[in-house]
Amino acid sequence: MQAETAATSRAGPAAPLLEIENLHVHFVTSRGVVRAVEGISYTVNRGEVVAIVGESGCGKSVSALSIMRLLSKPAGRVARGRILLEGRNLLELSDDDMRAVRGRDISMIFQEPMTSLNPVLPIGLQIMEPLLIHLQMDDARARTRALELLQQVGITDGERRLAQYPHQLSGGMRQRVMIAIGLACNPKLIIADEPTTALDVTIQAQILELMKDLSQRLGIALVIITHNLGIVARYADRVNVMYAAKIIEQGTADEIFGKPAHPYTIGLMRSVPRLDLPRTKRLETIEGLPPDLRDPPAGCRFAPRCPFRIERCAEPVPFLEIGPGHRTACHRADEVAAGKLVALAAPPAPVAAAKTATAKSILEVEGLKKYFEVQIAGQSAFVRERATVKAVDDVSFTIAAGETLGLVGESGCGKTTVGRAILKLDDPTAGAIRFAGIEITHASPAVMRELRRKIQVIFQDPYSSLNPRMTVGEIVGEPLGVYKLARGAAAQRERVVQLLEQVGLFPYMAERYPHELSGGQRQRVGIARALALEPSFIVCDEPVSALDVSIQGQIINLLEDLQARLGLTYLFIAHDLAVVRHISDRVAVMYLGRIMEITDRDELYANPAHPYSRALLDAAPVPDPRVERGRMPRALKGELPSPLTPPTGCVFHTRCPIAGDICRQQVPEVRELKAGHIVACHKA
Amino acid sequence: MADVASALPVSVPLARRRGALLEFSRQQPLGAVSFVVIFVMMFAGLLPQFVAPYDPLDIDFAQILGAPSWEHWFGTDAFGRDIFSRIIWGSRTALVIGFASSFIGSAIGAVLGIASAYFGGRIDTWIQRFVDVLLAFPIIVLALVVVAALRKTVVYGVDVNLIIAIAIPIVPRVARVVRAAALTVNVMPYIDAARAAGYSDQRIIFRHMAPNVVAPFLIMFTAFIAQAILLEASLSFLGLGVTEPTAAWGLMLSGNAADFYREAPWMVIFPGVAISLAVFAFNLYGDSLRDYLDPRFKV
Repeated sequence: MQAETAATSRAGPAAPLLEIENLHVHFVTSRGVVRAVEGISYTVNRGEVVAIVGESGCGKSVSALSIMRLLSKPAGRVARGRILLEGRNLLELSDDDMRAVRGRDISMIFQEPMTSLNPVLPIGLQIMEPLLIHLQMDDARARTRALELLQQVGITDGERRLAQYPHQLSGGMRQRVMIAIGLACNPKLIIADEPTTALDVTIQAQILELMKDLSQRLGIALVIITHNLGIVARYADRVNVMYAAKIIEQGTADEIFGKPAHPYTIGLMRSVPRLDLPRTKRLETIEGLPPDLRDPPAGCRFAPRCPFRIERCAEPVPFLEIGPGHRTACHRADEVAAGKLVALAAPPAPVAAAKTATAKSILEVEGLKKYFEVQIAGQSAFVRERATVKAVDDVSFTIAAGETLGLVGESGCGKTTVGRAILKLDDPTAGAIRFAGIEITHASPAVMRELRRKIQVIFQDPYSSLNPRMTVGEIVGEPLGVYKLARGAAAQRERVVQLLEQVGLFPYMAERYPHELSGGQRQRVGIARALALEPSFIVCDEPVSALDVSIQGQIINLLEDLQARLGLTYLFIAHDLAVVRHISDRVAVMYLGRIMEITDRDELYANPAHPYSRALLDAAPVPDPRVERGRMPRALKGELPSPLTPPTGCVFHTRCPIAGDICRQQVPEVRELKAGHIVACHKA
Repeated sequence: MADVASALPVSVPLARRRGALLEFSRQQPLGAVSFVVIFVMMFAGLLPQFVAPYDPLDIDFAQILGAPSWEHWFGTDAFGRDIFSRIIWGSRTALVIGFASSFIGSAIGAVLGIASAYFGGRIDTWIQRFVDVLLAFPIIVLALVVVAALRKTVVYGVDVNLIIAIAIPIVPRVARVVRAAALTVNVMPYIDAARAAGYSDQRIIFRHMAPNVVAPFLIMFTAFIAQAILLEASLSFLGLGVTEPTAAWGLMLSGNAADFYREAPWMVIFPGVAISLAVFAFNLYGDSLRDYLDPRFKV
């Protein structure tokens, strides 16, 4: 059988470029063997875009690294299987031969453009390096080729760029340089591991368009590894969905999105809020956690979390073909595909008490400014010049008690700085912040101590926001002790248990340390800690962006439940427009330290008045290939300007499609288009 | 929310509080070995009269420069004193001076380092310039100057000024490392969370920052015990530390030991081995203690 496939793959151009057959990858750790990839098989044809989708830890990156034979040694090893590139088994090549394949036949683009370029070498040298090594070009020819490559990836002014160092380029630029390096030797295959996860939405769209375009023009096959279903829908021809070290569904993008046949695939698609569908009351979620790969269940690995679980699911599942090229590993695939089992576990009904958004404002921010003094390299190496970064420039908004204000914008737009000023972690340069009528920017320590109880925070990163040296019980219990909110150790313990149960954790987890919990559980601990002080207002700083999609839904639902039950007010800072739309009542859009637009949620998504809001909405991918193909090719042009030298007039004019002369000269007034719809644009 | 909780995998809470020593040796076998070495040293240092076969000061002219034998395991020196007994008594000198000076130096250094990182600004600048000045002197030179300037003050048979002289060069080194560690901790979101909860500076420093810089502190502390033992030996070797006839490892290497290294190599070999073994054991123990105390390394 294997000999036969090998023979056919050598037959001619019709044969697939890359074939992975029954690949098993093991990691030997002190705590046992982790079977990171178990028996996956897929093919990639020439010039095709294949996506591998899954959540963290499902083995998607490991499978890609094993194609490159870059598994970390000695822990990781390919236990079984074959990886055939044009019929040649890469696993049997000598190290020297393999080195020749890397970079020449296959190249790889990593997630972090910040760290995957060498900071001490100019980018020109880094682009030329594979040319000098693999194609034995001389310096002059390599340089010409490097210029050509920069042009291909859309970097103008190549001559100057070649001499620049990575830190002089923006994140999007660096990822373009990475792509240029990947393209250098005309590879047959590019593997991109979460190529745009670290980038902003508008830049993400640019990079993906570029990759798709290059792959079509140059006939390069592309393997995209991602957790983002929107990206998959727009760019992939075929999709492999991975769960717990196995491929559980495989097919064309249309099949997977149109007729998903595995409950996990359906769950993944349902648990992301979508911009193209009416907003639902609650997100459907996949409850629970993926299995431990040291000791996975014998039958279907998704069974413990599956709403359609039957007894047969405890038996091993065959990976069956249910349509042309469409395979899935589910005992009830026929029923699922036929749409008989559509309803996931009915999401628990929200607690009765509806949101009591009153007109009474709880927080007022007026003319908030936060400038940072920074040192920049001056003309000579020994003279440093000072410069001012206007991180937040004249921001005003109000939040009514019981509502959620979403604050969206790209990285560096100042949204987190606004949150920190409200928490009084940073002192603003100018402006006023009033909480329940009390001015907090100049509050005395005694007043502030009382106010701190009322204003709490939930951070983005559940890994670093909990003290690793304290148990969960100590973390949640500490504020109770400091503010004497529970009398005696017994009462405190009882309250901790109550708080943990409130956020869906078990009482026994109080004994655990943060590192013993999963990301989602840790984020719940962070929420419990914030709730311990019985606040009325919580700043949520990107609370779900570090979590897997299936966990995101759980946390969003939890936040909404808590708001309904405890009458909380949220400032929800995020970059994901779909998430913001789901949870917010009103939305504020920020760009380069300024508010561009504030309005009602539905108004913003239906009639965005500011061109930047429109661009953001256009750039956000939607997880449906048919919808995606119907959309205009978007991608806002250009890069985010440096906050050191912000554009004159309207800060957005350099990228704005409708900017006129007035936009270059005058800062637009913030005006009210109609009741509750505020916009800062000359042309709106 | 109960439905969310019930879907999470239930696992039995870990059995904590097993015999701490047993647990330590299971996780850190090398650390356990070094602990045994340190323990033997401590035992010998605390109760030398029960371990040492001879009085370390007993001069026996019949046994001058005697080779290792059944009576004198490590041989005898130029005065016929038993080297094995002198090494055992010498471990007391090494341990007292090593522990005391390293503890004093590291503790002061850690306080300076954390304060420097937490308060920042002018306080940071002043502390760091002071540290720079101290760092400008080589360890041995600084210790020499201090010893020479302070002269000898003996309390309970220990030269206090020798301890101070060795502790001072340790301060800036620990302060630097602890400050660097504290700076990274200072920007962690959990410190922000503590500030947002309105905790006092004291609580944030001692409850949230200090435990998270314990790892580098412990490493430095144990490494400097080893350094201090070496430094004490060097000072004694140069004639500025412990003086004859007290048993001290550095002293045993100096003086006529060097003159007789051909005829009686055991006079230099055994004290040298004792110093190396002690230094090695403390370094190794520091490493494994750090790993053991970090909850993230636990299974």
